[in-house]
This record gives sequence, structure tokens and C-alpha cells, in this order.
Amino acid sequence: MANLAVRAKELVKWFGEADAKTYAVRGASFDAHFGEILYIVGPSGSGKTTLLSMISGILRPNTGSVLVEDKDIWSLTSDEIADFRLNTVGFVFQDYHLFPRLTTLENVAIPLILKKLDWNESMQVAAKFLEIVGLKERAHLPPVKLSTGEQQRVAIARAIASSPDLLIFDEPTASLDGETGRRILDFVKKNILNERRCIIIVTHDNRIFEYADRIMKMSDGKIMDVEEGESDEE
Amino acid sequence: MKGILKIAYKLLVNDRGKFAALLVGITFAVFLMVMMTSMFAGILHRSSSTVINIGAKVWVMDPAVNTTANNIPMPDYILDAVRSIDGVKYAVPLYSGGALVKLRNGVYQSVTVVGLDDTSLYGRPQLIEGSIDDIYAENAFVVVKDAEFPKLGAPVRGTEFEINDHRGVIVGIAKVTSSGLFGVPTLYTTYKRAVQYIPSMRYTVSFIMIEPKSSDAVAHIKKQVSSLGYEALTKDEFIQKISSFYKYQTGLGINLLLMTVISFVLGLSISGQTFYTFILENLDKFGALKAIGAKGKELVYVILFQATFAALTGYGLGVGVASFLIAMAKLRLPSYAARITYANLGYAFIMVLMIAGFSGYIGIRKVLKIEPFDIFRG
Repeated sequence: MANLAVRAKELVKWFGEADAKTYAVRGASFDAHFGEILYIVGPSGSGKTTLLSMISGILRPNTGSVLVEDKDIWSLTSDEIADFRLNTVGFVFQDYHLFPRLTTLENVAIPLILKKLDWNESMQVAAKFLEIVGLKERAHLPPVKLSTGEQQRVAIARAIASSPDLLIFDEPTASLDGETGRRILDFVKKNILNERRCIIIVTHDNRIFEYADRIMKMSDGKIMDVEEGESDEE
Repeated sequence: MKGILKIAYKLLVNDRGKFAALLVGITFAVFLMVMMTSMFAGILHRSSSTVINIGAKVWVMDPAVNTTANNIPMPDYILDAVRSIDGVKYAVPLYSGGALVKLRNGVYQSVTVVGLDDTSLYGRPQLIEGSIDDIYAENAFVVVKDAEFPKLGAPVRGTEFEINDHRGVIVGIAKVTSSGLFGVPTLYTTYKRAVQYIPSMRYTVSFIMIEPKSSDAVAHIKKQVSSLGYEALTKDEFIQKISSFYKYQTGLGINLLLMTVISFVLGLSISGQTFYTFILENLDKFGALKAIGAKGKELVYVILFQATFAALTGYGLGVGVASFLIAMAKLRLPSYAARITYANLGYAFIMVLMIAGFSGYIGIRKVLKIEPFDIFRG
């Protein structure tokens, strides 16, 4: 197995207090490695998104720890965690959250601008990533003028623009038809995944399970099973 | 930081509907604030028109006098006493009072009569027709061509009228820096003729105007005049006293202040609400920015920049529209008093910054509370 990218240890997260206390994640531990695509699957309310948020520096666990590249991210200050998200993690949100008032190119450049790159340089670098996702000619259109599949690819370009080691996809195919979803995942597998990158995908779309290296099943806040994905069998 | 501010600018400006609504709100508020305060400034300026037009450096008056319109005549010996004060180069009397003139068509018209010292004609206006020496002619009056001039039937040199059963003749037409506040025409004549033609009380000197030997002498003159039981004020102090009277001892100040406050509240509500809606509609985007790695302070800069940019653009537009309309109104309505001063612009600027601060504050509060996790949860 390749180098360890993420190590989650005994993560627990609950919401509310006293009688209203509800456990979202109950003692979840797992490892994710560079060069693999790890799926987190399970029914709605099983704690997938909460777990994903805790390992990506977005939601602080009540107990447990998250080591990313051997660094305990929840021992960092809030500014350091923001830097961690900016430099180490790339997010592809379920609804993409593209900025409709910016061009596609500017959307992709946002992480670079946050990294304080010069505006022109940010645009040049963003253009390269748009080219990677095959949307160079759409650079100056607003995202609303793009198809859903194209918007998904813009979101991927934005997520990889800062060259993150950890790429997080939240329900990437939820609003795509089966064919487009498979095409996107195929593209991710072939062009985005590399030996220095770990991709974690939350989904319950079994049409794309074939692209997983490993599939981690969750239920009721617990990791029930981790199995090898169909990808390795190919 | 420039890059993120450029993003902030594009997010704001490219949302044309919201941006336009923001600008309309702030522009309208600034327009109203500038119009109100300009009107007030214009009225205050006109209330001091006699002081401004006469231009004497030091004015002596009864301490109870608040405006030039309501003077308390002083005995003649005060003029002699003032002339004897060390540091006084010269001192002359001034008559200022109201009168009724009967025009040739039989119409009566209120006027303000200013009687200038017969010897020096100190404080005389600039004539645009006739010679100032003609003021010594029999029954001679000089009329000021200001906004009220037509009320005398737009007289020319030689026009006759009746004033308190005396004949009056226009011998010159003058222009002055500032028109009066009360909408009555102004006539200049000599001091002696003024007190002779117009019914007076026992004392007749409305004001004593002093030319000090030097500016250093003013303090001493004021002290000496005070010991006589009267008050000596520099031109600026007198203008300030008149302004304070209208601001604080009449309803004028509070009424205009209320209108200005209403404009401010109006602008605050429109822009605050619109900006808040803008923030709410973009809340998920701010959350996404946070998730991507934007720090809280960067989002604060973004919102402050957007609020300030909208406020300053609205300020510029509001001042521009107000200036244009005031200039246009003055061309068409000579009696229109509004006057834009640096102080008006400063007040409006402070208020618009407060609008920006308030709008920014409510936006920042909302954005800092959003958790990136909410973006994941959808």
C-alpha cells in the first residue's frame, strides 16, 4: 500500500446536548492512502458527510484525532486549519458552489487568489487547470452558461487548482445522469489521481463504484466494513 | 489582498440588480442629506447676509442682539467711547432697520434699509449702475439687485417711491455677495437720511463697525467694549452667533436636522436591507470560500470592501445629483438658498461611512457565523 495520507482515530461527533444529543459519528477509525480513491458509502444519515468534514478540517470532532500527512489537524489554530484546507485539501461540493457572478476562469482561480498569487498569474494557472478538465474554451463564460457536467468539471478544476494532496468529493454524481457521472469519475481516475494525491468520495451512487480502490461502508455513524473496490479487479 | 478585493468587487458589481438597488438607496439618502444640509447652510448664510455684505472686521452691539434683523439701538455716546478705545483705527455707526415703501403703483412693500456712515460710506455695496456719490443726492437710495429686487418693480435709476411720507429716488443699483433671508429688498442710504426718514426710537445706532489698527488689538477692544456693557464681535464670531441663534433658538435647526436624520435612516434602511439580502443570497458562496481556505479576516475585508465601495459610489452619485440640481435650481430660482459647503459634504460623508459600517457589520456578523460544514450538509 502507498504512503499514508489520512489517519482518522476514534472520531466521535455528536450534535445537541442532553436529551437532544444525537451521535453522527461513533468512534470511526480508518486510513486513506496516497494514490487511492476511497469511497465512503452508506444511507442518508449514516454520518458520511460528518466524517468527511472532520477529516478535511471543516468540522471539529468531539473526540478522536485526524492525522493528515502525520500532522494532527485538530491541534492547529483556526487560521492554521484554514491554511491547511487551502493548501492540502481540494473540495468538490455536491452543489459545486460556483460563483455565478464570476467567469469560469475566475472561479477556478479562487484558491490561487486566496494563496495570494498575483491576479494575472492566478488566471494563467487557472487556465491550465481548465485545459486539463477540457473547458479552456469556456473560460470566460459564467458557470450558469455551462451544462451540469461542465460545472462539475469546473468544480474539479477549482479543487485541484491549488494542487492539493487530499481531494474531497461530496456526492459528485448526485445531479448527473449515469453516463456523465461515469465519464467524470473516469476522468478523475485517469487525470486527477496520482501517486501524491488521495481522493475521498462520499456517495451512495452504486453506478460509479467501479472507480473505487476501496469502499468504506457506514451505517448509524459507524464504519461497518471496508472492502476492496471493483477498480482493482479490472 | 488585491486579488481577493478584485473578486469582492466583481461579486458586487456583477450582481447588477442588487448593486443598482444598493446605489439607488445610498444615492437617494446622500442626495437628501446633502439637499437638507445645503438648504440649512444656505439659510444660515443668508441670515448673516448684512454682516457678510458690509464686511466690517469688528461689530459692536447690545449683548442681547442675536441677528442683524433684530438690533437694539445704542446711544450715540457709545460711538464716541468706542472711538476713544486704544487700538481702534476708526469706528462708524450703521443703521439697519425695516420700513415700508409705497411704490408708484400704490403697492406697499417691506424693505430693509441700511444706513451707511455719511462721512465714510463704510460698508458700501458694489454698484453695477450709477455712482456711489449719488447717494448724497436728495432722497437718494441705492437698491440691491438680488432675488428680491423684482418686488420693488425692478426699479431703474430715477424710479421714485414713498417711504414714511418721504420721497425716495433710486440713484444706483448694487450687487452684494449674499441675498437676505427674509425675502425683502434692501435699500442703502446714508445714516442720517435713514434715521430721518424712518421712525426710530430714542437711540438710533444699530451697530458700530470698527476697523482695528491691527488684529492684535481686537482682544483689547472687545474687553473695553465689554466694560461699557456692550459686546464686540469679530465678523466670524457675529456670523457664528447668528447661526447659533437660528440653529438652537428657533425651530429651524431641529426641523432640518430631523429631515436630515430621516434621510439618513432611510438610506441606512434601504442600503442595510439590500446589502443584507445580498449577503444572505451569497451566504453559501461565503461558506464555500471559508471551506476552500479563506480566513475570517479575509471575508471581513471582502464585505467591508463591498459595503465601502457601494457607499462611496453612492456618495459620489448623490453629491453629483444634489450639486447638479442645486445649480439648476439656482439658475431658475434666484431666491433658492441652498449652498453646498465642505461641512455639508463632510457630514454626508460621515453618515455614508456609518451606513457602510452598519451594512458591513450586519453582513460580517452573518458571514462569520456560517460554518463550512453547512455547505457540506447542503
